[in-house]
Amino acid sequence: MIGRLLSLHKAGVLGLNARNGDYIFHYNQRKYYPLVDDKILCKERMIEENLPVPELIGVLREMHEVGEVSDMLGDRKEFVVKPANGSGGDGILVIVGRQGDYFLDADGRMVDNETLEHHITNVIGGIYSLGGQPDAAMIESLVHFDPVFSRLTYHGVPDIRVIVFKGYPVMAMSRLPTRRSHGKANLHQGALGVGIDLGTGITVGGVSGNSAISHHPDTGAAIAGFHIPGWNRILDMSARCYEAVHLGYLGADIVLDRDLGPLILELNARPGLNIQIANRRGLRHRLDAVDALGDVQHTPGERAQWSMQTLGEAARVAQIAS
Amino acid sequence: MKRNSQWVSLSLLLIALGALIFVYKVVRLGYPPYPNMESAAWTVQAKLELTPEKGAVRASLTLPARPTGYSLAQENFVSRGFGLTVKEGTFSRKADWAIRRLRDSKTLYYRALVIQDTRTRSFAPRPAYPPPPDLEEPFATAARDLVNEVRAESADTESFAAAMLNRLTGSEPDENMDLFLTEVSSFHDRVNLAQILLAGARIPTLQLHGIRLDADAQRARLETLLAVYNGDDWLVFDPVSAAEGLPLDFFIWWTGDNELAEVKGAHLKDLQISTRQRVKSSLELAQQRAELQKSRMSLISTLQLPIQTQAVYEILLLIPLGILVIVLLRNFVGLSSFGTFAPVLIALAFRETELLKGIALFVLIVSMGLFFRFYLERLRLLLVPRLAAVVTIVVLLMTAISIISNQFGMDTGLSVSLFPMIIVSMVIERMSVIWEERGAFTSIKEGIGSLFMAAMAYLVMSVDVFAYWVTVFPEVNLLVLGIIIALGRYTGFRLTELRRFKPLVMKEKVIE
Repeated sequence: MIGRLLSLHKAGVLGLNARNGDYIFHYNQRKYYPLVDDKILCKERMIEENLPVPELIGVLREMHEVGEVSDMLGDRKEFVVKPANGSGGDGILVIVGRQGDYFLDADGRMVDNETLEHHITNVIGGIYSLGGQPDAAMIESLVHFDPVFSRLTYHGVPDIRVIVFKGYPVMAMSRLPTRRSHGKANLHQGALGVGIDLGTGITVGGVSGNSAISHHPDTGAAIAGFHIPGWNRILDMSARCYEAVHLGYLGADIVLDRDLGPLILELNARPGLNIQIANRRGLRHRLDAVDALGDVQHTPGERAQWSMQTLGEAARVAQIAS
Repeated sequence: MKRNSQWVSLSLLLIALGALIFVYKVVRLGYPPYPNMESAAWTVQAKLELTPEKGAVRASLTLPARPTGYSLAQENFVSRGFGLTVKEGTFSRKADWAIRRLRDSKTLYYRALVIQDTRTRSFAPRPAYPPPPDLEEPFATAARDLVNEVRAESADTESFAAAMLNRLTGSEPDENMDLFLTEVSSFHDRVNLAQILLAGARIPTLQLHGIRLDADAQRARLETLLAVYNGDDWLVFDPVSAAEGLPLDFFIWWTGDNELAEVKGAHLKDLQISTRQRVKSSLELAQQRAELQKSRMSLISTLQLPIQTQAVYEILLLIPLGILVIVLLRNFVGLSSFGTFAPVLIALAFRETELLKGIALFVLIVSMGLFFRFYLERLRLLLVPRLAAVVTIVVLLMTAISIISNQFGMDTGLSVSLFPMIIVSMVIERMSVIWEERGAFTSIKEGIGSLFMAAMAYLVMSVDVFAYWVTVFPEVNLLVLGIIIALGRYTGFRLTELRRFKPLVMKEKVIE
């Protein structure tokens, strides 16, 4: 056991206690938390900073507003209902179509209007919010994921998670929905985590839960070697999030829209640690590398470039070789 | 990275403070560190039988004042009809009984509870140097010679006194000593002689009178020891054996040349001192001792509070320990539960039900509650009314369990009422949400996790010694706080993470 402890330490793996005590606690000021914890505030902030986000259809804050949801939706066939203060992807209802009076959810199940309204009242009641405080329900447009991902996903929308430390992207992974995750891109719920080489944007391999996986369980496509389009832009956007919400340690969730390109779906002030498993790399060495830069003032673009050159696999191979 | 190391000093300070008060109470006040410890105490009684003579009667009894190694916990006097005044001094105390007319024989009693004292207190003040004894010849010369001889073969007061006493008690006294010994007819004379000879060397001496507290005695024998002042301390010698040191079981009743009791106007027919050993709870004795020593430290204990409040505090003061267990399980082992400290509250309920029955009841209530909760889901109630309905259902379930189990004569079901129903309701609510969002497996797993943490917290909180410590030594919680603060800065891996991040380790090995 001690041996494994030492080798984990050597591999630079970041544990929960270290993430909380050494990073989140030091670099994320509490006053900026609402900017990311409240998805509505976050979206407004992103728009102010000219960062692309999915369109906000409407917000429901009071129980009596729930009846107005059909007016708000109009004849939209696709939308997503989210709790503004939800965590871990709980309480997200994805509607992908309409059939007569019914909506169709991501799994193809029929959802009647009453069920939809009940879901919204639950969200407003705070059932999915941290600590159970009353919440607001946010309805936003459905992202049409870029078809390049179609062989790597089962329903739902795959997303890309980038950990940004002091404005420098330090690690990235893609989360691919599976049948088990009901189309949700959440690792806890059974989505696949796929590591991405920061330098090139090429996937390196995946995990399901804690075990390595080489092919998507539902589509059978190979996971590694997939080139994510617009990688520069994705890293650039992630780096800009630092200026937008002032959090030193954050996770940016980005989706690739067919028509709109990469969109920032949400930010996370306490990003999970499974990204290390997906990448087969510990975070600590990369965080130390950023710390070693000291107080240099870089633009977001420069930071993204630095990360691609310094933290990519090519740089690593070169370092091991030398 | 900004590092703040204030926590180290704060944590160490709290731990040191808690430990210090604990040690002080154990060592200085004699609080027993473990529950149910017993120690010896003695009831000492002096009985004076008076027969009337004529006129007003005054009887005085010297009372123990500062018996080194002992304290007087309780004192009482039985002397109906007599007026009683007690003259209090630091080194001498005296009880005076008086009555204008004594018709019949009368017995006066003085009774005291004697407990061991941990303080080192001197039985007498610093003395003045005695004048050289005024002796006639040939005694004066003999005394001078003796002093000179003994001084030649001794180094300091201690060895001088020892050597002098040895000569006095030796089997072959020299001629100078022989001269004195011819005049000695009693033990009392012998002690006086020792005092005179030591006064010849200007050494202050004092007679110590007392009894041995070693066995029950109807009529305890009064013994006299000789104290010799060496300039700093009183040294105690046995005038017969010349052995040095105050025997541990020697209870100094009074010091000096006076008698134990003096009676005027009546005949002291008998004076009897009896001792009886009593076994008392060490804790009770410690409290009495602390009271006598007027120690403020003894106030730091819930024992001063009313009994019902004490019972409440015994539970309250145990909570930090339970929470410490939760901190360890969450941040070091890496378990998770519903609600941060909900397991502690469940564990408190287990204290009333015992562990296994408590777990059974908890599982019963939660699973029945879940069943109703799933039905409520279909009614599409809003959140707060639904939670309220769940709480109500939990209360009804608890009542039903109590009534049914009572009819079957099982009293376990009755203690169910102590289950924290709000916590149970919240657990049901959280479980059902997770059940829907993440599936039954995750939900039940987390439920079992909570129950496991509750059981661990219960096991720690039910250790008798801990319950005793927090009531008698509430400062133990300062220690717990210090530990919690120190643990709060642990940023290493959690036990479960060793398994979670296993793939990363293997990868690293391949590269090397």
